[in-house]
Amino acid sequence: MSKQYSYRRFHPGTQPAYDFPPYASTAKRHPKQPLVIAPQTLSEITGPVFGYGDLKPTDHDLTRQHKGEPIGERIICSGRVLDENGKSVPHTLIEVWQANAAGRYPHKSDRHDAPVDPNFSGAGRTLTDAEGRYRFITIRPGEYPWRNHYNAWRPAHIHFSLFGRAFLTRLVTQMYFPGDPLLPYDPMYMSIPDEKARLRLVSQLDWENTVPEHALAYRFDIVLRGSAATPMDDSPGE
Amino acid sequence: MSLYASGSQTVGPYLHIGLTWLNTDRIAGPGVKGERVTIHGRLLDGDGVGVGDGLVEIWQASATGKYAHPEDRQKKPLEKGFRGFGRIPTDAKGVFRFSTIKPGRVPGSGGKLQAPHLSVTVFMRGLLKQLSTRIYFPGDPANVQDPILKRVPAARRATLVARPKGRGVLQWNIVLQGKVETAFFDF
Repeated sequence: MSKQYSYRRFHPGTQPAYDFPPYASTAKRHPKQPLVIAPQTLSEITGPVFGYGDLKPTDHDLTRQHKGEPIGERIICSGRVLDENGKSVPHTLIEVWQANAAGRYPHKSDRHDAPVDPNFSGAGRTLTDAEGRYRFITIRPGEYPWRNHYNAWRPAHIHFSLFGRAFLTRLVTQMYFPGDPLLPYDPMYMSIPDEKARLRLVSQLDWENTVPEHALAYRFDIVLRGSAATPMDDSPGE
Repeated sequence: MSLYASGSQTVGPYLHIGLTWLNTDRIAGPGVKGERVTIHGRLLDGDGVGVGDGLVEIWQASATGKYAHPEDRQKKPLEKGFRGFGRIPTDAKGVFRFSTIKPGRVPGSGGKLQAPHLSVTVFMRGLLKQLSTRIYFPGDPANVQDPILKRVPAARRATLVARPKGRGVLQWNIVLQGKVETAFFDF
């Protein structure tokens, strides 16, 4: 008997379709042929391992990357990375990027008429600790217009990129903010069919981690694919 | 306890801000053993136009067929300084290019060896969830018996095999739609 990991398939409704007409750019950028369903091998259940040597100690603090402080509302964004079995995912790399408080990215493709902030680059990274916890310090990103359809606006969001334990647990997602009235109008957010699955991408105000006189905090837990069967066999369903 | 995996979202057009720091187009450094190869290609959309804001990630084993990961329990030595990870953004014309070594064979399901291959993940604006595919090596006798390649309809297998373009150079395109649409996997 092989004890090799095998990861669960995604639960229906929790992932976006590749072809999603409300997000116009999917039209020419989705495969038209069905995906080839294949068994997981050592190539899929392994993946790159990163360590503290890959990072600088201040990489998790997006407010301390320049001489001055960025404009905007300072926030603390933290949470846990878990797998589908509720086990923490320790020492895994998280990369984040986001717009500044005015809703502008320091990127040549961003033509939005809003100021760039010389004290904010909008990129950070960290490793989860032994319990899968992570913490970023940043500023609350602004909403911004995009050209998907007439008068389209993105809700405030932070991009998250995670590796997890394996190449197939790779996840790129976006964290949203609670009570954002733009969410129901956003094709990217709405691309996730199941409402409960969508809500899991919305962070929660996190009183426990607020710092009085300094910063509000938001909690965002992320769940990566977990093993389908372990020697102890997990029960299916939620 | 049972949870559902978080939903995927696109990297969007500004992916470089968060991801460039880890760009790696030399997967194998100078001291790493193995047959040297440069692979280049284009990421093409449904109109055959190059995707200028895409990102390709590579994961591969060493020349002896060993992954730098604790789940690889084969009794083979890890090669020092070899991580096996590549991250390559496409340029304005959709071109990506990287150099590495040809990996050795690694076990597949049922203990059978797989043909040498690179695992590939693709990200881009307009793609809500990453795409997974593989690069196989032209002329490798193990290709015909590869258990994963065999899953691909015969007419589409060629989309996963790179083409020789001179000594140590291979070409492999990622085609999102059309007659030669690349085969993508659901693992």
